[in-house]
Amino acid sequence: MVELETTIKNRAGIHARPSALIAQTAIKFASRIYLEKEGNQINAKSIMGIITLAASFGAKIKIIADGADEQEAVKAIAELFESGFNEELG
Amino acid sequence: MKEKEPVNFTVLDLLSLELKEHNDLKLQCTAGRAGLSREISVPDLNRPGLALAGFYDSFAWERLQIFGRGESAYLHKIEEDGVAAQIYEKLFSYQIPCCIFTNGIRPTDLFVSNAEAVGCPVLITELNSMELSIRIIRILHDIFAPKMIMHGVLVEVFGIGILLTGESGVGKSETALSLIERGHRLVADDVVEIHCLNGSLLMGQGTNKVIGHHMEIRGLGIINVTHLFGVGAIRDKKQIQLVIQIEDWDPKKVYDRIGTDELTMEILGVKIPKLEIPVKPGRNLAIIIETAAMNERLKKMGYHSAREFNQNILRWLESESARTMFFSRDDY
Repeated sequence: MVELETTIKNRAGIHARPSALIAQTAIKFASRIYLEKEGNQINAKSIMGIITLAASFGAKIKIIADGADEQEAVKAIAELFESGFNEELG
Repeated sequence: MKEKEPVNFTVLDLLSLELKEHNDLKLQCTAGRAGLSREISVPDLNRPGLALAGFYDSFAWERLQIFGRGESAYLHKIEEDGVAAQIYEKLFSYQIPCCIFTNGIRPTDLFVSNAEAVGCPVLITELNSMELSIRIIRILHDIFAPKMIMHGVLVEVFGIGILLTGESGVGKSETALSLIERGHRLVADDVVEIHCLNGSLLMGQGTNKVIGHHMEIRGLGIINVTHLFGVGAIRDKKQIQLVIQIEDWDPKKVYDRIGTDELTMEILGVKIPKLEIPVKPGRNLAIIIETAAMNERLKKMGYHSAREFNQNILRWLESESARTMFFSRDDY
């Protein structure tokens, strides 16, 4: 199991489009992937689940992956966060 | 699957609850607004009679303090006798979450000023003590009930609450859509919040009113079920009575072919009957789930189809063997 802490860098936060990006990336990997915010863990392969996190600009998110390709999974998703989902950075 | 941490519930949260009709507490805050952020840490009430009389051993100060007719009358008496000041001082030296006066009786000015001084909220309700106690305990126990969030889709089929679980992409949402189109109801899609009531009942609901009753369908995107199918296609909360795990057909796995396996899944300490349904292109999952719901209803009424089937077979085999024995005897 691999964990990585990251922060929301884009101004709008995680709305529908970034959620879809995360889910589409996550589903390519076989590992179970979760996003955790303030103790609430949701399945990162579910768009509705990610939206429920209500992750706004500046929020701290923990990426958790468990499985054969956990390292690549965490790296890929962390990259999405770092790039601000190709949106305006805050 | 992760259990949610206990939520910080304050007096302000209690006042802000949206309660209807037979649940309404009719509470109003008359003093001590500074203390509305005080936390309610236990779902319990206390009548502070003993404390007011001076006995503070085992004083349950963490509970909500209820001042009924008797307590209010006593407060008037001690103020008349001039001993109220030190009694109030001792009472408010504890970090009481709040004081609730019932029957619409207003507390005295001296009581209020002492409460304001320490920042203890004072609330009034027109309900009588018993009605208030019943309602508050019901509400608080619901809020303090063990909860967790599960990934799945909760639907109501023929009155049975069914939680569809399975890997992402296996077709839970699409199956739910099929069920909705057939007249059943969506309770929650993807993120299901489960509360355990009374240690034996699991209540499931969506986590968020904003995105509630929306579904994500690959190829379509996010759809608003209420707008598309109407208010008869949705439900806010439903007891979870059956778990159906949808999985890709595994040729190596042994699936239940008779119906007597009785698998269960444990959620928050409650065992719920579970079915494992394999998915293959061409299989109509919706009708299988409808049948599972009807079968569950039948079981609740006391008819267990698979067991009865086997008992009938046993009886038939017995009678068959008796007949063959008769025809094979050589006593003609």
